Amino acid sequence: MSGAERSPTSAGSGPTADTPLADELAIRMRGITKFFGAVRANNGAELEVPAGQLHALVGENGAGKSTLMRILSGMYEPDAGSVRVDGRDVTGWSTASAIAAGVGMVHQHFMLVPTLTVAENVVLGREPRRGPSFDRARAEREVNELGASSGLVVEPGRRVADLSVGEAQRVEILKTLYRGARILILDEPTAVLSPPEVEELWTVLRRLRDKGGTVVLITHKLDEVMAISDFITVMRSGATVSRIRTSDTTPREIARAMVGREVALAMDAIGGMIPSPASGGDGSTTTTTQAQPSLRGTDLLAPVPAAPPALELRAVSVVAPDDARRRLLDRVSFTVAPGEILGIAGVEGNGQTALVEAIAGLAQFTGELRLNGRDVAALGVRARSDAGLSHIPEDRQRRGLILDFNVADNLILGRQHHFTSGPSLDRGRIAANARQQISAFDIRPPDATLPARALSGGNQQKIIVAREMGRDFSVLLAAQPTRGVDVGAIEFIHQELRDARDAGKAILLVSADLAEILALSDRVGVMYRGRLVTVLPRAIATPEVLGPYMTGAADNPVDELSIANERATPVGRPRDGGRA
Amino acid sequence: MIGIIFLAQTIRIAMPYFFAAAGGVVSERVGIIGLSLEGFMLTGAFCTVLGSYYSGDPWIGLLCGIAGGMAAALILAVATIRFRADQVVAGIAINLLAIGATRFFLRLFFNSSSNSPRVVGFGGEQSAGGLFATFGNPIVWLGLITLPVLGLVLYRTPFGLRLRAVGEHPQAARSLGVSVNRLRYIGVILSGALAGLGGAYLASDQHQFTDGMTAGRGFIALAAVIFGRWDPKRVALACLLFAAAETLQIQLQGLQLVPSQFVEMIPYVLTIIALVGVVGRASPPAALGKME
Repeated sequence: MSGAERSPTSAGSGPTADTPLADELAIRMRGITKFFGAVRANNGAELEVPAGQLHALVGENGAGKSTLMRILSGMYEPDAGSVRVDGRDVTGWSTASAIAAGVGMVHQHFMLVPTLTVAENVVLGREPRRGPSFDRARAEREVNELGASSGLVVEPGRRVADLSVGEAQRVEILKTLYRGARILILDEPTAVLSPPEVEELWTVLRRLRDKGGTVVLITHKLDEVMAISDFITVMRSGATVSRIRTSDTTPREIARAMVGREVALAMDAIGGMIPSPASGGDGSTTTTTQAQPSLRGTDLLAPVPAAPPALELRAVSVVAPDDARRRLLDRVSFTVAPGEILGIAGVEGNGQTALVEAIAGLAQFTGELRLNGRDVAALGVRARSDAGLSHIPEDRQRRGLILDFNVADNLILGRQHHFTSGPSLDRGRIAANARQQISAFDIRPPDATLPARALSGGNQQKIIVAREMGRDFSVLLAAQPTRGVDVGAIEFIHQELRDARDAGKAILLVSADLAEILALSDRVGVMYRGRLVTVLPRAIATPEVLGPYMTGAADNPVDELSIANERATPVGRPRDGGRA
Repeated sequence: MIGIIFLAQTIRIAMPYFFAAAGGVVSERVGIIGLSLEGFMLTGAFCTVLGSYYSGDPWIGLLCGIAGGMAAALILAVATIRFRADQVVAGIAINLLAIGATRFFLRLFFNSSSNSPRVVGFGGEQSAGGLFATFGNPIVWLGLITLPVLGLVLYRTPFGLRLRAVGEHPQAARSLGVSVNRLRYIGVILSGALAGLGGAYLASDQHQFTDGMTAGRGFIALAAVIFGRWDPKRVALACLLFAAAETLQIQLQGLQLVPSQFVEMIPYVLTIIALVGVVGRASPPAALGKME
């Protein structure tokens, strides 16, 4: 741990930043403890934020960040500890009084009513009235004015269901500003944004801070922390472990505080080596200069191997189940060679799910799908699996696991026909398989009889990874393989993916986390509105280059030929990806 | 002339649907399934007769009917909102309770297992015939404006905005300081009042309570709510459509052109066709039936 913990030694960005008196703190949370049943989400957590500071609250998933902030915003009442806002004791207050006191929270999952308009969502709960009726015109005018002054421009008359994710987030922030928020809490705001949208958000947050507003940003992405925050509070296992001035620390140091041990590999995933998509226009672009990891420019000149692609799609389209005219996936063509990771980037909801489901056999599609040269379009899920296709689904709780089944049974789900003796399941082999996978993939706790529900998100994900990768396969579909998984498990899963690639497997990696795509992929494709708008070699795929494709600003769909020629990584080449 | 009779009869038949469907819209818009409209109506009808019988004043009967519907709704509200009972189970239970309770009190107050004595009504009875007589009943006017007024409330007032928000995304409403449970109570009890009013119309129109007299009208009203996609304007049209089908059935029955059993099926077949074919893709309030 660093030396700068738990003492409010500085007030952030201002030149006169000295130790603030307790009552100069916008937020002061002390000894916060919160139980959910037997689970202790917060354990004596502390948070001190002076007014006018951009403060990052970081920690792994499950470290208690969101709980702490929900206590601050009045959604939960703490079991112990005190909360002061602007020097006033507000412990256990309601959302309504938090809002009245100028505390606004932007949730990770948007709290917007999709059927209502932007203006209606913004004013809900404190609607302007004209007589007994709702003054819609005034609501829309006020939203326009607020948008203009804060830089959050959204058409007030549009239905929220029709907005892009970035626009929806603007509405969320507008909601808090409309209520006069001076303390703004954002819970993982960039998870769903494209790089340019992230830039815009940073601009808005900086503007708020410069006007004297206080911002608390919950995140686990260290590049974001470095790019925008003035001060950092690190949480681990429900407690505050470190409080550091951003300019006095490094991503590595923060990561160590988050995990409680040295994490070298995870740096790739977290973005420490990757040019920050978050570098703003104000010169805080320190991370960009670190540039690409070992620019693989030479790979571009490498000969295209003669080996047939392990996975090949030609003009694959999927239509929406409720509207045959709407294409969720629009004539997508690409190939993945053995020993290659093709990363599919893109803002969520641009056809990635349809792509994965079409390949896995879960969605009807038109077009050609070949696995190791064999046409598998007519095969069902099980037959494709037996043909060598493994699938880590994007929603592990819905598609990947049966939460009430035990670990051993989950480890053979979809493979159960390989674990039979006569008409019945061979319990002995299932148990042996479980023992082997649990130790090979370090599933904790190592008890095959526990229901999957009882495991943490990271270990649930390891069950799926073990099932799909701990067997013979040639092609792996990895959809959001590390979503909602702790840093330790991310590190582990990334290494598994790299090892599989190096062992000659073809991997299609679909992830909303651009840093993850850039850390693992040999080539990077971008999806936008159901189409694959580009495929680039990793060496030239930077957030700056990919950004315009992700927002639809740039668009040059590639045909199969050019993709084949762009292939950057020959089979069997030793890789430097898994740097120690 | 036949047209006018048809219209008058359609409006009269539509009347309980208007009230009950308005109740259904309000309830479902706050996220509580309107499965108990039938029970609310039956309770309302019985309480109306009770009030009219002992006071001799149809208006007091009407108020009793509204109160009866609200009381039944309060039970549902407490069960589903306070105690988070499954809405389908609780909704069916209310209906069964209403059947049993009205039967019990029918015996207790009027010493009958089938019907109450005759009570006063509002005029505009069936026998008088014609459009004019129908509109002589003040409750008909009330019924005609119920859904339009509900439309104004839903789309033009802050209260309506909150109501819609609660049924779509209660967490969002709550995060803005809107009291979700309070609005749910209001919605369900208002739905009980409206459906009770529907029962009151039925009872005062027939001048008596008969056992199980609502005969599934609450469910047809619920079908109209779904067919009308939870939008008061369309729901009103759906009510009229179902009522017209029923009127057609009554008229055709007199003519004896086709076996009466087939004719009697018309409203129900129409309901099924409407729900399956036309509604298909309508999306209910997102939080309907769910308690977070």
